[in-house]
Amino acid sequence: MMNYSSRPPEEPAVRAQDLTVVRGPRTVLRGLDFTVPRGQVTGLLGPSGCGKSTLMRAVVGTQAKVTGTLDVLGSPAGHPTLRTRIGYVTQAPSIYDDLSVRQNLDYFAAIADPGRAAADRRHENVTRAIADVDLTTHTDVLAGNLSGGQRSRVSLAVALLGTPELLVLDEPTVGLDPVLRRDLWQLFHAIAAERGATLLISSHVMDEAERCHRLLLMRAGEILADDTPDALRTRTGSETVEDAFLHLVDEATAAGGTKETTR
Amino acid sequence: MSTTHPATSAPAPPGALNLSRTTATAARVLRQLRHDPRTIALMLLVPCVMLVLLRYVFDGSARVFDNIGASLLGIFPLITMFLVTSIATLRERTSGTLERLLAMPLGKGDLIAGYALAFGTLAIVQSALATGLAVWFLGLDVIGSPWLLLLVALLDALLGTALGLFVSAFAASEFQAVQFMPAVIFPQLLLCGLFTARENMHPVLEAISDVLPMSYAVDGMNEVMRHTDMTTAFVRDVGIVAGCAVLVLALGAATLKRRTV
Repeated sequence: MMNYSSRPPEEPAVRAQDLTVVRGPRTVLRGLDFTVPRGQVTGLLGPSGCGKSTLMRAVVGTQAKVTGTLDVLGSPAGHPTLRTRIGYVTQAPSIYDDLSVRQNLDYFAAIADPGRAAADRRHENVTRAIADVDLTTHTDVLAGNLSGGQRSRVSLAVALLGTPELLVLDEPTVGLDPVLRRDLWQLFHAIAAERGATLLISSHVMDEAERCHRLLLMRAGEILADDTPDALRTRTGSETVEDAFLHLVDEATAAGGTKETTR
Repeated sequence: MSTTHPATSAPAPPGALNLSRTTATAARVLRQLRHDPRTIALMLLVPCVMLVLLRYVFDGSARVFDNIGASLLGIFPLITMFLVTSIATLRERTSGTLERLLAMPLGKGDLIAGYALAFGTLAIVQSALATGLAVWFLGLDVIGSPWLLLLVALLDALLGTALGLFVSAFAASEFQAVQFMPAVIFPQLLLCGLFTARENMHPVLEAISDVLPMSYAVDGMNEVMRHTDMTTAFVRDVGIVAGCAVLVLALGAATLKRRTV
């Protein structure tokens, strides 16, 4: 891997060595080595079922049966001090359908930053997070009455609440219209640039890859590439990241035919 | 990025309660219920309607109503809270909000105490309505203090909350959660002394009823009915119900896992 830079100041946000996850009889992640640099948008790309969500759950510390080394923001993944520093958005919106948008955010804000003294700061944070995901006109609507895309934006807003240092977003733009997708990607880049946050964003739509600083290409529980989009295209002589991905898949199948068959 | 982080408090050590997180959780649960007035109406009115029904079913024999009515004042909160909590926590598990909360600095104790606080409040309202109706309008003959009835009802509600929380861990769907009601509650209902005095049962069943918490909930209610002051039996019954509630709550907390497969 090329990204093992020097120690502390440039320490990566996530560093995995020989990361393996077993779910039931299946090995979902097989000895992964990768890093996610700080302050950048890293895309986690690959077909559905390749282990993206499991990898993200391991990073935020909700996945059981994780072996190998996985350091997040300088602590082992799942360490209690990380809970205030990481924002995590699952694929399915995890919000309360029987609360309004603002009530949802108010509650999660009260968990992240409790106490009467913090009330004003919480109110500010909630208002800003709602504006960030463009739901200001829907603050008092019950989450259950929102459209699918709007509900996933509420879920995203929850993760934006506490100005986290690391944002882990599992397919945040699935099912959204093109304008909204563009706006969200602008927001992601703004968060990285202005707040210095690190973003790890998964997607199975390859054209979103072009919008990332770095890419982790995954397939069948393994990482095919860990590089910038430009470097990937150049290395594989492809026009788009999608072609580069397909090229790498063919290469892997050709080289590792034996590896594929061993389960 | 510098490591200075605005006053966000450090995560609580396991087991320690954070008061504002607990009350925030309780407020959230009550707010969810407020958007569902039909559930609230059902929770509050059904026990009252049942008591009225029972009063006139035993129109000719007021003594029977005294016996069963008092037991039911203890059983209603247990059953309602069991159902509401098991469904509510199951929803929390399946909607992903539980995973999200546990990835945040929320202690398991905060979550459970929050639920207990919210449903406990509701249980007080429910029990007050049912007890008031039974004592003042239906002529239920209480020798002891109605406040003690309320105390037992509240502890029963807590026990119901605890059982519901625990059982929701074993239910994969709302269908299953509802089916746990007959599985967990009905045997206790049959053996708690509501239908026949426990000492008249087959010795094996009597022994089983001795270890089921609902038996003590009903015994406690009956103690209040028959004695003017707090008897030792009453204190024992109340202690057992409270102890069981705490024990099952702790078991329930153990089913909330931060890391899942």
